Amino acid sequence: MATQHSRAAARLMISPAVILLLLWMIVPLTLTLYFSTLRYNLLMPGANPFVGFENYSYFFTDPAFTTALLNTLLLVGGVLVITVCGGIALALLLDQEMWGQGIVRLLVIAPFFVMPTVSALVWKNMFMDPVNGLFGYLARAFGAQPFEWLTAAPLLSIIFIVSWQWLPFATLILLTAIQSLSSEQLEAAEMDGARFGSKFLWIILPHLARAITVVILIQTIFLLSIFAEILVTTGGGPGVASTNLTYLVYIQSLLQFDVGLGSAGGVVAIILANIVAIFLMRMIGKNLDA
Amino acid sequence: MARAVTTRRKSINTAIAWAIGILIFFPILWTILTSFKTEAEAISSPPSFLFFDWTFENYAAVQERSNYFRHFMNSVVISLGSTILGLIIAVPAAWAMAFVPGKNTKNVLMWMLSTKMLPPVGVLIPIYLLFRDTGLLDTRTGLVIVLTLINLPIIVWMLYTYFREIPGEILEAARMDGATLRDEIIHVLTPMAVPGIASTLLLNIILAWNEAFWTLNLTAANAAPLTAFIASYSSPEGLFYAKLSAASTMAIAPILILGWFSQKQLVRGLTFGAVK
Repeated sequence: MATQHSRAAARLMISPAVILLLLWMIVPLTLTLYFSTLRYNLLMPGANPFVGFENYSYFFTDPAFTTALLNTLLLVGGVLVITVCGGIALALLLDQEMWGQGIVRLLVIAPFFVMPTVSALVWKNMFMDPVNGLFGYLARAFGAQPFEWLTAAPLLSIIFIVSWQWLPFATLILLTAIQSLSSEQLEAAEMDGARFGSKFLWIILPHLARAITVVILIQTIFLLSIFAEILVTTGGGPGVASTNLTYLVYIQSLLQFDVGLGSAGGVVAIILANIVAIFLMRMIGKNLDA
Repeated sequence: MARAVTTRRKSINTAIAWAIGILIFFPILWTILTSFKTEAEAISSPPSFLFFDWTFENYAAVQERSNYFRHFMNSVVISLGSTILGLIIAVPAAWAMAFVPGKNTKNVLMWMLSTKMLPPVGVLIPIYLLFRDTGLLDTRTGLVIVLTLINLPIIVWMLYTYFREIPGEILEAARMDGATLRDEIIHVLTPMAVPGIASTLLLNIILAWNEAFWTLNLTAANAAPLTAFIASYSSPEGLFYAKLSAASTMAIAPILILGWFSQKQLVRGLTFGAVK
């Protein structure tokens, strides 16, 4: 069906998208790589001499880097554990027969549509604030001391807020996957006297494996770049207690105007994301063949 | 896998599911309720749940304090603009890849996806400097450009997965009946493609509306959409919970409603067709 003529037309139709994305990728990437080898601070006008890997050695020896890297991994890991486990549980629950299933589903997925700055500020002020927040009120009502969420456990608080935002995503995808499970298989297992535990372990979980992988990989891509939630709640603090890699680069480049150092950090973030990306691409590539 | 269960079992399921659903939804509900309280009532202890004097004054105050409507319009222009621009670029591309696949189509698709993996912070500095030097910083145009580019891979992928499901035989049948290429596109393909394009549009508006990295870093007072505007509430001035809630309610309401309508597309779009 594809003639010479239609092939040429197809190429013409694809090229704008390809060219734009190519530019979007190559131009800033090259510039970031280039800047990362310069001593380049916006506050110090004049020459920007080539310094080789100096920025990288600064970046890696900065104690904030180790903390930020660890925080990034804790943030991604923590949110993944909560959302995947919670998502599986919720998906199993929502798959059961009940009244008003559609409405419950709407309630559960709602947080995903709340913009990050709103959810972070609502949690920070109206729930986690020790004086005026609901959590503080509940603590006092039970005679306990209100907990200073964002100063005493800043990273944990952010993990909690981000998990609330992403739990709906995991639930929705896992629910979609569960619903594609054939009921005959489960009924057959039941006839053989399988209990819920073994049904879950041997039938449901293997069936979900692929969806779980997709959830983990896609969330990781987004979670590596968490920014707004940190900006409006803790500002990365106290100190650098809740600073992740993305936020560290933001501080260095847009707050301290150190373009060279910030770019080196950007390159590190790109490498980290690429390691994750390779796995994701393989997964989705396989699906494309199927 | 729905099967017949006893009423007792169904009641228990219902109770647990509703309790959890309400718990998860509660922060949103609480925000909406607080937006109708006075500032004093918003932080009263014990908190008042439903029995307070409902007031709309916060909505007026938010608009007065900082021209809320302007930021709302920024959000509308930026999310709609970037989505429509993205569709204009992506529809022909996805179309060609779905109906005239070449041997490189798969590679091109995978490569497009890989651009989405690029962490924004890795290219923040060059984009920021480029925008500063070209006067695009803090403009709607600048944000439309950036959001179009970051969401383009998702748009192409979503459209591709929809277009691929349109059976090619239909075209051949139409051709046998003497349809020209123009007829094919207008009368056969377009009606079948419209639902896919509409869902892509919906999902992408949601993503663009809530985007909070580039909008926060590339805007100031002028072009700030709601994501960036709400962030200005992070440094509180006096009593502000009710006003924060009013601003938040208006910011999330339209997208929450759109989102509820596009659950299915969300799964397909955000997993690049891997889960349907």
